[in-house]
Amino acid sequence: MTEKVDMVRLGMTNPHVVSSLTLRDWDVLIRQARSSAVLGRLHAVLEEAQIIDHVPMPPRNHLEAARVVAGSQERVIRWEVYCIRRALARVETEFVLLKGAAYVLSGLPFARGRIQSDVDILAAKSKLRTIEAALLEQGWIHMKLDKYDQRFYREWSHELPPLYHPHRGTVLDVHHNILPSTGRVHPDPQKLLRASEDIPGTPYKRLCPPDMVLHACAHMFQDGDFERGFRELTDIDGLLRALSGTAAFWDQLSQRAQEMQLYRPLFYGLRYAYEFLNTPIPQRIISASLEWAPSGPVLHAMDALVRQALVPRMAATLNTRYARWVLYMRSHWLRMPPLLLARHLLHQSLRRR
Amino acid sequence: MWLRTGPFQTHLKSPINSLGQAIHLLYGDFVVEENPEFADFHIQLREPKNWRRFYRPQVYFYFDDQAPFKPMPRSHAFAMFEWCLNWCIESQANHYLMMHAAVIERGGLAAILAAPPGSGKSTLTAGLVNRGWRLLSDELALVDPGNGMAVPLARPVSLKNQSIEVIRKFVPNGVIGPIARDTIKGSVAHLKPPQDSVDRNREGALPRWVIFPRFEAGAQISFTPYPKSTALLRLADHAFNYSQYGVKGFEIMAKLIDRCDAYEFIYSRLDDAIQVFDSLLICDARTMVSS
Repeated sequence: MTEKVDMVRLGMTNPHVVSSLTLRDWDVLIRQARSSAVLGRLHAVLEEAQIIDHVPMPPRNHLEAARVVAGSQERVIRWEVYCIRRALARVETEFVLLKGAAYVLSGLPFARGRIQSDVDILAAKSKLRTIEAALLEQGWIHMKLDKYDQRFYREWSHELPPLYHPHRGTVLDVHHNILPSTGRVHPDPQKLLRASEDIPGTPYKRLCPPDMVLHACAHMFQDGDFERGFRELTDIDGLLRALSGTAAFWDQLSQRAQEMQLYRPLFYGLRYAYEFLNTPIPQRIISASLEWAPSGPVLHAMDALVRQALVPRMAATLNTRYARWVLYMRSHWLRMPPLLLARHLLHQSLRRR
Repeated sequence: MWLRTGPFQTHLKSPINSLGQAIHLLYGDFVVEENPEFADFHIQLREPKNWRRFYRPQVYFYFDDQAPFKPMPRSHAFAMFEWCLNWCIESQANHYLMMHAAVIERGGLAAILAAPPGSGKSTLTAGLVNRGWRLLSDELALVDPGNGMAVPLARPVSLKNQSIEVIRKFVPNGVIGPIARDTIKGSVAHLKPPQDSVDRNREGALPRWVIFPRFEAGAQISFTPYPKSTALLRLADHAFNYSQYGVKGFEIMAKLIDRCDAYEFIYSRLDDAIQVFDSLLICDARTMVSS
């Protein structure tokens, strides 16, 4: 029966519970954590709570394996970021680390054990050609894409077609914005770049703390599919816990969300992080954020969909898949105007045959 | 059904009769635990729910309800099961340092045989484990990073193309499973592992030799000491997750190589090869006495 329970949420939010788990419970928890891409995170959480040594050997082996993989991915990211900086040194363009790379280089606590592989950077759109040329010259290549895909990325998306480094087997996404240019909401990339800050003790830059949170929320609720939804929510949770130390943080975050037109994704991020992961968010912020909520029936539908879509795959039902599909379609709807969307979907469906 | 192979418990669900029969034939000596509480891998092999279950029937592999690979013909079901189980271990069991190599043991000491596919490694392993050596694995060497021990994973030995006939002659009473023809690797069949190897499937062994074997038709047998420094790099080349271990990977590998003698080995006849391997033990006993 444990299969139908959201074990992974239990383990992540309340690590001390795991000491009472039976092997049969662990059998479910390991699979749920793996399919939600948080097995390495679970290891880190249990290690910090000093209960990893009490985990029975068979499941502990899987946690240990995930720790090895996550540790190596962290090394890969550090090295990759160094290689990117070296490759771009000659063209003297600034770039900002996004997502996983920024979390790792900033040493944020939740980056430990976080499974990640691609590196994402943000740069001014006017510099993109220079950056692309420099990277291609230094050994990166375009992943195999047909003409349509190339065009899709260059005209309608917010990033270059992914670049691949064949020697190191790594993928690099170069963004000029955090959301597609065709979408309903346009955060101003100039503002993002201007507010970006040095990562202490490194030669790298990251978005300012409120923008990091807004990016994670935008990614999950505007741009993403929900296959990895739970992982994305743990990112939002981790960022809020790590960055909310200063007194002014919450007000800055609220202000910035309005300024960047990202208040709706922030509303969702706060709402579901609080609900699913007990993220410590001040009550006044939660109350204030209700102002950004959609209309009652829409919120009601969104609640139902997200709660269904965040169920780990093991416990997933047909409803979960349906909810994920609806959310996926929703994010497409938000990304492109209707005519372009229709054209894109038609092209994708014809190609599959 | 539940199948324990060395350190791993696998939970397999499959409605395919021929697969069940092949498992019964080749895993017959394995202990089957009734309904254990934990499985390392939950896998399924099953036909699609469409016309392809009747016309040129296919089989899909599912790991935790995800199908990571394209389907294969139903007649290849057992070979597919073996490959998929290898894939589960290679992709998940990163708590071990894993190498593409065979491991055999005698007198408590293990020999790691590392070679690229097509070097006759499995044939050699199949021969040796039917002449006194114990099988730990025919293609997946697992090293425990904690104590440097080779971890046993005795399973059916995979034989390709001509080696199927070679082993049929060399091990006349050996049990060989169904032949999967026209796979990407040609014809593939599996040899049932010796009972003793299966019975001792929880008993590790300390690596003592690292050998790079190569079959060469008509070649003179040669068994040449190989420098440890190059042996380390060459063995690391065969490791799946050497780089994932970072500095630790180098330390584990260096400790392993320090403890081992390394050789390059070329052979054309199995009987000669077995004599050479037996002499390893005698040499080892002598050096121990003289030191």
